[in-house]
Amino acid sequence: MSVTTQEKNEFRAEVSAWMKENKPADPGFLLPQSFMEVGSEQQLEFLREWQHKMWTAGYLGMAWPKQYGGCGVEPVFQSIADTEMRRQGVPIAFNIIGLGWAGPLINDIGTEEEKAKYLKGILSGEDIWCQGFSEPDNGSDLGNAQIRAVRDGDDYVVNGTKIWTTMGNYAKYMILLARTNPNTERKYDGLSYFLSPMKIPGVDPRPIQKITGEYGFTETFFTDARIPADCLMGEEGQGWKIAMQTLQYERGAEAGSAGGLAFVRIIIDDMIEELHDVTRDGESVLKDPAMRNQLVNFIMEEKAISLGDRRAAVNALTTEYPFSLPLSHKLRYTEYSRRMRQFAINAQGAAGSLYVGDDEARQGGFWQRAYFNSFSATIGGGTSQVQNNIVGEHILGLPK
Amino acid sequence: MSVIGNTELTFSEEQGMILDTAREFCRDKSSIGAVRAQLDSESGYDSATWNEMVALGWLGIALPEACGGSQLGISGVVPVVECMGRALLGTPFISTTLAAQLIARLGTSELHERFLPGVIGGAPATLALLENSDWGDTRVRCAVDGKGVMHGVKKFVADAGAAQWFAVSVVCEGEHAVAIVSKDQLAPGALRENTLIDETKRAASVDFTGVSVAPENLITGDNVLSVLQDVKLIGALLVAAEAAGAAGACLDTVVEYLKTRKQFGKLIGSYQALKHPTVEILTSVDSSRSFIYHAATLMSDDALDKDAEIACRMAKVQATETLLFAGDRAVQFHGGMGFTYECDAQLYIRRAQWSQQQFGDAQHHRKRLAALLLDLV
Repeated sequence: MSVTTQEKNEFRAEVSAWMKENKPADPGFLLPQSFMEVGSEQQLEFLREWQHKMWTAGYLGMAWPKQYGGCGVEPVFQSIADTEMRRQGVPIAFNIIGLGWAGPLINDIGTEEEKAKYLKGILSGEDIWCQGFSEPDNGSDLGNAQIRAVRDGDDYVVNGTKIWTTMGNYAKYMILLARTNPNTERKYDGLSYFLSPMKIPGVDPRPIQKITGEYGFTETFFTDARIPADCLMGEEGQGWKIAMQTLQYERGAEAGSAGGLAFVRIIIDDMIEELHDVTRDGESVLKDPAMRNQLVNFIMEEKAISLGDRRAAVNALTTEYPFSLPLSHKLRYTEYSRRMRQFAINAQGAAGSLYVGDDEARQGGFWQRAYFNSFSATIGGGTSQVQNNIVGEHILGLPK
Repeated sequence: MSVIGNTELTFSEEQGMILDTAREFCRDKSSIGAVRAQLDSESGYDSATWNEMVALGWLGIALPEACGGSQLGISGVVPVVECMGRALLGTPFISTTLAAQLIARLGTSELHERFLPGVIGGAPATLALLENSDWGDTRVRCAVDGKGVMHGVKKFVADAGAAQWFAVSVVCEGEHAVAIVSKDQLAPGALRENTLIDETKRAASVDFTGVSVAPENLITGDNVLSVLQDVKLIGALLVAAEAAGAAGACLDTVVEYLKTRKQFGKLIGSYQALKHPTVEILTSVDSSRSFIYHAATLMSDDALDKDAEIACRMAKVQATETLLFAGDRAVQFHGGMGFTYECDAQLYIRRAQWSQQQFGDAQHHRKRLAALLLDLV
């Protein structure tokens, strides 16, 4: 089934108009810059209402089946809706672990029962999901997960700790990667995957205060927590495979995600706009030769990433290192974002020293918070240092 | 409108065929051994190789069909130059292409007929623009007087020794103009070869004083300055493409050494202090290629627009700074060996300094980019 350009354009106009019309007014309190920073009930309720509104309007889960709350249309419509959300600068869709990780997985490989039980609550925002992959001792090494799940009658008994659990304190369910067999030859083969309830005895999510001063993650302690055996997804020992499949959906709507913005997108234009009325030596900071020089470099860096995405689509121009552009994208983009945000604070003059909470902080301390938060991307999902190793070894063939 | 602006990047089947041919040709004809063999030769290039390039039609890629060219535009020249840069193949190709572009864009059909078929047939030519070290100096002192006689010296004229004719920026009766001067018109000793940091290249200062310019070889008109500006931008792009190719080859040289050299019992590529900067060379080469093929996409036989100007300038900044970084690290990462003339790293660090100084260095272009990007309001 192919969608015509006209249909796409019509839909784009429709969703654009809707976003403009329905974009919520500034609530008067700080909104999270990503789904990893929801730290108060106030934020949670605001974002839950916004997600519900988008879903009711038909702009989330568009490619998911109708009977589970979706619209049953081609994924390209969801991509268009996501692009328009970004363009219009609407708030994030907070239930990202459900929309972009657990949901598409259940939709792809879940049983009818699982689909009926979970999918609609993910889309409406009623059922919040969190992710239990990382552990305190195994940051980047998922395959080495040590949390234990032991079958006992109709239950599994879980003991151990997960960390960086997004919204762990609000979540109703967790996608949990746990070790059911500690004696396999390959560490990966002892892992299993659970759609696990959070609001049960023995599960204790403790909020972690982040560098920004905000919350959003928990460290989640499991102490003899009993989860029903039918929470197991697939079979025992398939955990690694299913976890890897889960990570595939990050590629967006075409890959199966229900859509919605995970992050507030911050681009170079936002910084230039921010700096317009900042002065240095009595005139616009944008007139200062040294600052202009650095700004041009940042513009070029952001442009080079966009152009790289374009060139990656031209086979004839990627023959030397065919996967270099996609594999280095995370490294380049996150490092660029971090430095660009740091610069935006440095360029503010004395006001750069203010923080969220000070009336005179520019944009309520937006850039200060954004800079600190940017480390979640240069550290999470494999630190930049690990990314450098991956690119060096897998693309250039350098020795380990 | 975002300051990121135009991000078009397309690549045609013709460009792809040119790229394949050029890659293979340059690999065959310009091994490092062949490059080194030319370092202290007078012309700096092998005339048999040049003749083959002519036979492949490369000099006519961007010239009008009416003159025997293939009219594929500068976008078709970029892949050739990138491959030449990768192989450090130094011929008057860029200079000749640019001099021909100036005639093609500025000249009458009479001038086209007189000069362009010759170029396509392999007669080297070059631009003579600079009078001092400053690419940003817009004053032209080299003059053609009322009797059609030239007065002035042009400096840093690339490939002057090989050129059969020169396209010289001049003033004539207070107006900007271009004089076309044949090699045969130069006085004995008028051409003084430079000793260049990059031994694969050739350049000279040329004293045009006393040369008589026939009226049909003097191009005047309102568009002289804007066409000169466009040709300089195309020059920046071609040098960028050449530098991007050289940086890619420099990266290969570094990677090869890091994969084979052992110290303290380990392959040195396993040390992150060497591995991570090498990845930075890779991502910078990637950016360079993205910028040059983006700029190639925006090229036109007509006047270049603002997007094209931005693209050429960015390509020049990115590619030459990348090559500077790559060449510099290549020397360092080769250790003691890197300090020797024998090590190939020297070829790249020298080319880097050459490329940086052609058609304006990175700072020159960043300053102009700042005006183009930040002074919109």
